[in-house]
Order: sequence, then C-alpha cells, then structure tokens
Amino acid sequence: MSTYILRRFLQLIPVFLGATLLVYFLVFSLPGDPIVALFGDKPVNEAVAAKLRVQYHLDQPFWMQYLFYLQSIFTFDLGQDFSGRPIATVLGEVFPVTARLAIMALIFEGVFGIVFGLIAGLRKGKFFDATVLVASLIVIGIPIFVLGFLLQFTIGVQLGWAKPTVSSAATVQDLILPAIVLGLGSFAYVLRLTRTSVIENMNADYVRTATAKGLSRFRVVRVHILRNSLIPVITFLGADLGALMGGAIVTEGIFNIPGVGNRLYRAVLSGEGPTVVSIVTVLVLIYCLSNLLVDLLYAWLDPRIRYDN
Amino acid sequence: MRFSRTSKALGMVAIAALALTGCGASGSASGSGSTGGDTSKVILADGSEPQRPLMPADTNEVGGGKVIDMIFAGLVSYDPSGKPVNELAESIEGKDGQNFTIKVKKDQKFTNGEAITAKSFVDSWNFGAAAKNAQLSGGFFESIKGYDEASAEGSTVETMSGLKVVDDQTFTVELKQPESDWPLRLGYTAFVPVPSGALKDPKGFGEKPVGNGPYKLADGGWQHNVQIQLVPNPDYNGPRKAKNAGVTFKIFQNDDAAYQDLLSNNLDILQTIPTSALKNFKSDLGERTINKPYAGNQTIAIPEYLPEWSGEAGKLRRQAISMAINRDEITKVIFSGARQPAKDFTAPVLDGYSDSIPGADNLKFDATKAKDAWTKADGIQKWDAEKTFTIAYNADKGGHKAWVEAVVNQLKNTLGIKVEGKPYATFKEARNDATAKTLTGSIRSGWQADYPSLYNFLGPIYKTGAGSNDANYANPTFDKAISDGLNAASVSDGNKAMNKAQEILLTDLPAIPLWYQVAQGGWSDKVTNVDYGWDGVPLYYNVTGK
Repeated sequence: MSTYILRRFLQLIPVFLGATLLVYFLVFSLPGDPIVALFGDKPVNEAVAAKLRVQYHLDQPFWMQYLFYLQSIFTFDLGQDFSGRPIATVLGEVFPVTARLAIMALIFEGVFGIVFGLIAGLRKGKFFDATVLVASLIVIGIPIFVLGFLLQFTIGVQLGWAKPTVSSAATVQDLILPAIVLGLGSFAYVLRLTRTSVIENMNADYVRTATAKGLSRFRVVRVHILRNSLIPVITFLGADLGALMGGAIVTEGIFNIPGVGNRLYRAVLSGEGPTVVSIVTVLVLIYCLSNLLVDLLYAWLDPRIRYDN
Repeated sequence: MRFSRTSKALGMVAIAALALTGCGASGSASGSGSTGGDTSKVILADGSEPQRPLMPADTNEVGGGKVIDMIFAGLVSYDPSGKPVNELAESIEGKDGQNFTIKVKKDQKFTNGEAITAKSFVDSWNFGAAAKNAQLSGGFFESIKGYDEASAEGSTVETMSGLKVVDDQTFTVELKQPESDWPLRLGYTAFVPVPSGALKDPKGFGEKPVGNGPYKLADGGWQHNVQIQLVPNPDYNGPRKAKNAGVTFKIFQNDDAAYQDLLSNNLDILQTIPTSALKNFKSDLGERTINKPYAGNQTIAIPEYLPEWSGEAGKLRRQAISMAINRDEITKVIFSGARQPAKDFTAPVLDGYSDSIPGADNLKFDATKAKDAWTKADGIQKWDAEKTFTIAYNADKGGHKAWVEAVVNQLKNTLGIKVEGKPYATFKEARNDATAKTLTGSIRSGWQADYPSLYNFLGPIYKTGAGSNDANYANPTFDKAISDGLNAASVSDGNKAMNKAQEILLTDLPAIPLWYQVAQGGWSDKVTNVDYGWDGVPLYYNVTGK
C-alpha cells in the first residue's frame, strides 16, 4: 500500500511540471502586451514600460520566463502580481475561501444526492422516484448561472432570507446559498448515479443471499446495497471536488465571493502569467490528490481491490 | 408627461445640491453636519480592486483612483461642477502662463504627523517623473521643465530643473512652454504630496498609504479583493470635509451582484447601474437615482494610416460615416438615455463647452448628405465594394457590443457598404493593436477627463504625435490652434481658442464623436445627500445617513 501511495506521489511531479509549462505557455501566447494595458487609454510611457517589463521578466523569451518561474517556485517565492503583492499571499487569501465553498457544495451534493438517490432506488417506479427523477432532470437542464441569479433574486432580494452577496469574511453561513447553487448540478448527477447503482445492486445475487439469510432490511440496505452502490458515486465525488474548485468561477461571480475564480479571471484578463499559473497549478494538484484519495477509498469500499503487487 | 420620474429625480438632486453648496460655505466655519442627516453613518459603496499599489503617481485606473482621491489632498480640489478650489494651496500665481509661484498653506500635516511643506510637493513630483521609479502616471509632469531628462529611459536624473523650493511654504514651477490651463491640472491625483517615507519604500507605502485627505485608511483597512475601509481624517480642514463616519468600498467582480446588494439595502451607493438593470432601475429605486452627464465621451477612431481613410477621400468618408449614424436613436433605444448625443469632441460639463461650434452639423444624422459625401469620395478614390469596414471593440468589459452592432446596421443601411463589428477578447489586446498602429479598421475609443478642461479632450488625443493619438492624426493648423489656446492670457480666451481648434476637428473627424457619458447611479434608502461630481464619481464625503 505504501509503495503504491509513494508511486502516486512521484507521479505528481511530471504532472506538476507539465501543467505549469502548458499553462505558462498558454498565458504567454495570449495576444496583447500586459504592460501596455496597464496604461489604459493613456499614452504609454516607454521608459516606465521598459522598467516594468524587466521587473516582471516580460522582456525575456518564453523559456527564460518559464525558468524564472520555476526558480521562484523552488525558492518558495512565487513572485509578485501587478499590485506588487507576493503571489503566495494571494493564494493564501483566495484558496481557503473557495475550498470552503467547494467542500460545502460537496457535502451538500454528497449527503442529499446519496440519501435521495437511495430512497428513489429502493422505491423504484413509485411517486417519490418519479418526482425526484423529473426534478433532477430539470436541475441538470438549467445552466448554473440561471439557477444562481434566480435563487439570488428570490431568496436574497425578495424574501431577504440570505444576503444576495457574501460578506467580507465569507463565513460558512454566508456560503450556504452559493454552495447549494454550486452543488445543485452535481447533486442531480449523484442522485441519479446512486439510484441506478442501487437498483442494479438490489437484484444482485449477494443481496438475495443476504435477505435469504434473514438479515434485517436495514442491514441489507446499509452493508450490502449502499456500500456497493457507492463505488461509482465516490469516484464521481472525488473528481468533482477539483471540478467544483475550478468551476466555482461562475458562482463566485454571481455572489461576489472573493475566491480563486475571481482572482484567476482578473489575472487572465490582465495577463499576469505567474499568478495564473500558480492558481491553476494548485488546482491541478488538488485534482490529482482528490483522485488519489478516491483510489484509496476504493480499497476500503471493495475489499477485492488491492494495490500491492 | 411633463414630469417624468427622471426629471423629478433630477429636480430633487438639484435641490439637494443647492442645499449642499449653500451649507458648504458656512459648514467649514461651523464644522460638519449642518446639512441634516445622520453623520454617524458609515457609507457602503462599490469599488474595484486597485491594479497597482496605492501610490498616487502610480495609480491611473478608477478602482485605485477613487481611494487615492479620498485619502489625499492636493493643491486644489474640484468642486462638484469641476471648478478648482484651493485645498492645500494658499495661492497659485503665474502671469505668463509659464512660470508659477505656489504658496502652500501653513500648519498642514499628513496623518502620521509629518508637516506638508513646499519640499513635500517638489519631492513627490520629482519622484513621480523620474524614470527609475517607473510610476504609471509620470506623464502628468511632462509640461514641467526638466521632465524629459528625468523621464528618459535609463535616466538617473532624479529631479526636474523646473521645480525650485523657495522657502518652507513656497516653491516655483517653470514649464517648458506657456500652458494657461496648467493650474487646472493640479487637482489630479498624480499631483498630491506624499510623506517622505513613501519615497523610500513606495511598495510598503502602497499597501498602507498615509495621506492628508478628508479620509484615511483604517487600520488593516485594505482587505485585498474584499473591501477598503476609510475613516474620516479629523485633521483635514479643506473643502471636502467628511460628513459621515467613514466610507467602505466593497469590491465587486461584477455590477450585477452590486445591484442585487443595493436592492436589498446591503450597499448604500452604486456608482454605475449595470446595463442589465437600465430598463427597470427607476421603478426599482424610485427617486433614489441620479442621471447626470459627466466629463467623458465615446468615439470611433479611424486611423489615417489606412490608405482608404487618408487624404481628401478619407475625410469625406469619415464625414459620411459620421452623418450616417443616428445618435439620437442609439442613445434612446440601446442606452435608455444613459448617454447623450455628442455635439463636439469634449463634454458638456466643462467650462467653455459649446454645442454649436461651426461644423457640428457633421455629427447630425442625415442619410442624403452622408450618401452624397460617400459618392464624392468614390469619385476621388474608389472604395472596393468587397471591402469590409470594421469597428473594433473590446468584449471583456464595458458592454460595447450592443451599440457597435447598432452602428454597424445603420452604416450598412445608409451607405450600402459592408460593415462588421470586430470584437477583441480583451482590452489589452485591443490597446496593443492601437498603440502599435496595426489596426485594420476603426476602433471604439473614448476619453474620461483627468482634469476639467477642454484641452484635456483635445491635446493628448489629436495633437501630432500625441501619446493617445490612435488615429495618427497630424494637422499643423490644428496643432497651432491648440498652442494658441494654451498661450491665451485667460482661461476664457483659451476656451475660445480651443473651440476654434475644434472647428478643424469637426471637418477632419480623425475620430467620430458618438455620445457623452452620463452617470446613472442609485442609492439605498438608508442614505441621503447623494450627488455626483463633474467626473461622474459620487461625492462620498457629502453623503449622510437618513
């Protein structure tokens, strides 16, 4: 097991290098000179522009810029953004906020998705099942920003149950509504996935055996049906954590959450290469690590899976 | 329909403004708060994250500019109508328009206790201009003698020879050439003094600026990407004394979220109503709205380096384009009155503005005359029927797509040529092509005044070789007219000369003026006494609670 984990961690190194290189190249290829843009409509003062280009290594060819960036990573100093602040500080500000949001969304979609999916699966074809199926289809069909604006306007503005935008601290309470909006789409997927999986497992031989053995209905459902049905769901949730963190950009925009998406969007527009690459790289690492976690959970859920050889 | 909601709202604002200015004079003697309203309210307003450290000479965009303007005071500040009034200056004298003697008021202090002297100004300006400090707004000092030496690439000169300290309270300024409107510029944020510590550690200072304005930054008040908290500066005794207990700028990523906050009273003032709410904000907010022109405009610049747009044929074609655009219709239908059709190259709030400069007819919609001009141009140099005339714009912000499409359709219908909107993904990309002079068609352009003067809308954009001359316009007669204006003995003579220069522009049309900007904002029912300044920014210091 430990060699397996070690191997997976070693695999992160090429992923990390590849991701930084690729993203850095993409930002580098963006048309337009970020320093010229700093001047806005105003005339460009060439002396000032030249000085700033040197400061941000923008006068160097691509490979040199990338090497400068790698050097800055290994000296634990990610460089500075255009407002002269260390990028490491910026990351420290935005990631906790988005992580809180994404984890809350994940808990929401996980708990509600599995519970509703399980009930629907067990009552296949009944009224509850049909209602839930139709409702989830509608949720999947509506784009997230429509749902976001709709909930923001009804719950935030008209009913006044929650503030339409989050407060400066972005507390857990503030983030409940945005987390529901962010998690709604995946909630519908989790629900449907759980339902299908439960229905499949209900007809499995080992479930019939368990029932025939005289086990209680509760034990059959919990140990034999649910646990086995969770394998695809867990895979989905694990992959979704990364997607939620990266995909929170729309939700963050609607509810004005000072998180990763907002900073990333601004950095892309202004062409701040190192900021974009740093944020995206952390997102990639989170994605990889949550996938590793999922793979480890498999072994716990399904004892037939073994990683040591 | 004589009393529409708008006109009533405007009436209320006008009354409020009168009341404010009336009390302003006595207010400075008897302290603040004589306008009525709750002065213990902290005002929540919308803002955007400053792009650069909060260093006055390094800030050139609205997010940071709004904050700098409130935490710093300069020699003069502008009153709501754009007239300069002395703030730190005791007097600014200069008879020839080239040599100025400036006296600074006594006993003025930064909030850290450091005294503000003539030297503070000279040091701050030299710092801003010197190339080695790489300050984005350094160009504002270009008129001062010695600027060229200090700002040249790689220069190690740190002072401008035109600035001399006479004594603690007095300094003199020598300009390169006479510029009668130069004192008007001194209210711009690049000209404020900074304490000596700022010059030693500009980056650290930019995080925690120490100023001398009506407000100061609260302890740890700048929470990046979240909010900027300002509290009143008790030692400030200029014309902009705070009448509330502070202003907190909440940073918004988009105006739509801010508008929702305003509707539910989580935000007190929203500077600009988002495009999506323009149709219904008056019914949402009732009389808590403002609709006030400010010193900004929108144009389409057509580069003269393109062969079809140069010479006499180019001029006729630009006139044809201008007369083929129905400005009244677009401002009404697309902007719901949030813009006003342009009648010149400047803006109506400015001193000296005229809506009837000879040649202004070229900005009126007239399909027949437009077609005639186009045909005439074809007689000189044939327009290739396969060619497409493009109007470039940046699609990332500003909501330009709608009006560009409308202009495109009007040009197609009136002139019968191929026209297309050309979106750039980002502002940066559009600016790049404009400054590199590699545009293949026209580009949307616009100007927000830095200081309230006609010259600011003309010189920096249309003078031969000027830095913002995207159209590459070069006309010696116009240059001469502009310098005549700068050399004029008085401001009003200068304004007359500037409008003479505009006559040339209105015939040549290096850019086609479209409309003037109008500030459309709203506020919550928790605040009152809201008015906007000449630059379209709310006068936050005047706002009180209800």
